[in-house]
Amino acid sequence: MDTYYDPADLAKFGDIGKDAPGLADKFFSYYGAVFAEGALTEREKALIALAVAHAVQCPYCIDAYTAGCLEKGSNLEEMTEALHVVAAIRGGASLVHGVQMRKIAEKLSL
Amino acid sequence: MTLSAFEQTLIGQGLELRRDETSTLQVNVGLACDLACRHCHLEAGPTRTELMAGETVEAVIACAERISFATIDITGGSPELLPQLPMLVERLAPLTSRLIVRTNLTALALPESEALPDLYRSHRAVIIASLPAINAAQSESQRGRGTWDTSMDILRKLNGIGYGMPGSGLELNLVANPAGAFLPAGQSPTERRFRQDLKRRYGIAFSNLFTFANVPLGRFRNWLEQSGNLDVYLRRLAENFNPCTLPGLMCRTLISVDWNGYLYDCDFNVAAGLHHSSHRLHISQLTELPLPGTPIPVGDHCYSCTAGSGFT
Repeated sequence: MDTYYDPADLAKFGDIGKDAPGLADKFFSYYGAVFAEGALTEREKALIALAVAHAVQCPYCIDAYTAGCLEKGSNLEEMTEALHVVAAIRGGASLVHGVQMRKIAEKLSL
Repeated sequence: MTLSAFEQTLIGQGLELRRDETSTLQVNVGLACDLACRHCHLEAGPTRTELMAGETVEAVIACAERISFATIDITGGSPELLPQLPMLVERLAPLTSRLIVRTNLTALALPESEALPDLYRSHRAVIIASLPAINAAQSESQRGRGTWDTSMDILRKLNGIGYGMPGSGLELNLVANPAGAFLPAGQSPTERRFRQDLKRRYGIAFSNLFTFANVPLGRFRNWLEQSGNLDVYLRRLAENFNPCTLPGLMCRTLISVDWNGYLYDCDFNVAAGLHHSSHRLHISQLTELPLPGTPIPVGDHCYSCTAGSGFT
C-alpha cells in the first residue's frame, strides 16, 4: 500500500539540495555542527533530538534518533523518560492555557 | 571464488590486510560457557562441550616456551570451565610480561572458580571482563536474567582484592558491546559514563573500558536474520568502514589458537573457520612467529573491527 512515509526516503534527505544546493549546504553544515560534541555531549543532544522528534511527530526523525540514541549509549529507560518530558510539556502547554479559559469565562460570567 | 564485500572494499580503496610483527598469543580454551549470550559469535553456551584437551594445553604451553609472546590472552567460552585453567595460568604467567584472562564475570561466581581471583592476583594477571551495558535491562537482554547482580557482586569482589583500584597495579578492564543491531557508542564517553555510574550506583572501580561492534557471526547473525536486521546492520557496518583502523587491527599482531590447537589470525576468524595462512596449521607446528606481510584471510565480519573508530 502506498503511504506518505517510506523509511527508505530518509536516506534521500540529501536530495533536498537538488534545486537549492546553496541553502541545503548551509543547512546540513549547520546541522552537523549542532550535533557535534559541545557544552552538551553528543548523547545528550541525541536524547533532546529524540524528544523533539516525538513532539513534532516526525517518523523519519524518530527512526533516526532512536538508532542514534542507542548508538550514543542511551538505553530504553532514559529514552522513555525523555518522551515523558515531551508528554509533560505538551500536556502542560495545553493545560496551562486553562488559565486563559478561566479568565475569559470569569469575565463573561455573572 | 567470489570475493566478499569486505575484500572488494579493500581492493577498491587500494588497501591490503597483512600481518605485522606478532606480539600476542590468544588461547581460546573452548566453547563451554555458563551463559549463552545472544551476541556470541562462537555460539558458546552451557550445552557446548568443546574444551581444550590436556595434550593441546601442553602444546600451547610448549609453544609459549619456545616462542616469546609479549602478551598471552586466555579466552573462551568461559575459561573458568577449563579444569586445567589454574595450571595454565601458573605455567604461562612466567613466560610473558602480560597475561590476560577473560571472564564473563558470572563464571567467576561458580563454586569451582572460588580460588581463581587470588590466583590471578598472585600472577598479576590482567582481567578483561564483559559488561555489555551500564543498564541491567540491556545487559540481561543479552546475557540472561540474574546476570547483572552476579556481575556486580564479582566486580566488587575483584575490587576487594585490589583489581581495578588506583595504584594497585592490578588491571581490571571492561568490554562493552551494543545490546542489539546498532553500532557502539564512542569509547571515551562510554568509559566516562561507566566509571561515573558504576562508582555512584554500585561503588565499583575499573581500569579501562573498551567498546566493540557486535560481529555478524554465530548466534548474533542468527538473531539478525530472524529479526530482519541483517541487511540493515551489514550496510551500517560497511557504511562506517574507516580505512584508518587497518594499521591497528588486532589480527595484524595476534595469533589465535582454538581449543583443537589450530591457528587463526583472530577469534572472529575462529568462528568463521578462516585459518591462519589459509590452511590448517597446528600450534605444535609453529616454530617461529608468523612472518610480517603474511596475508590475513578476511570476510564480511571484518567490517565490525573497521567500523567507526574500530576495534583493536
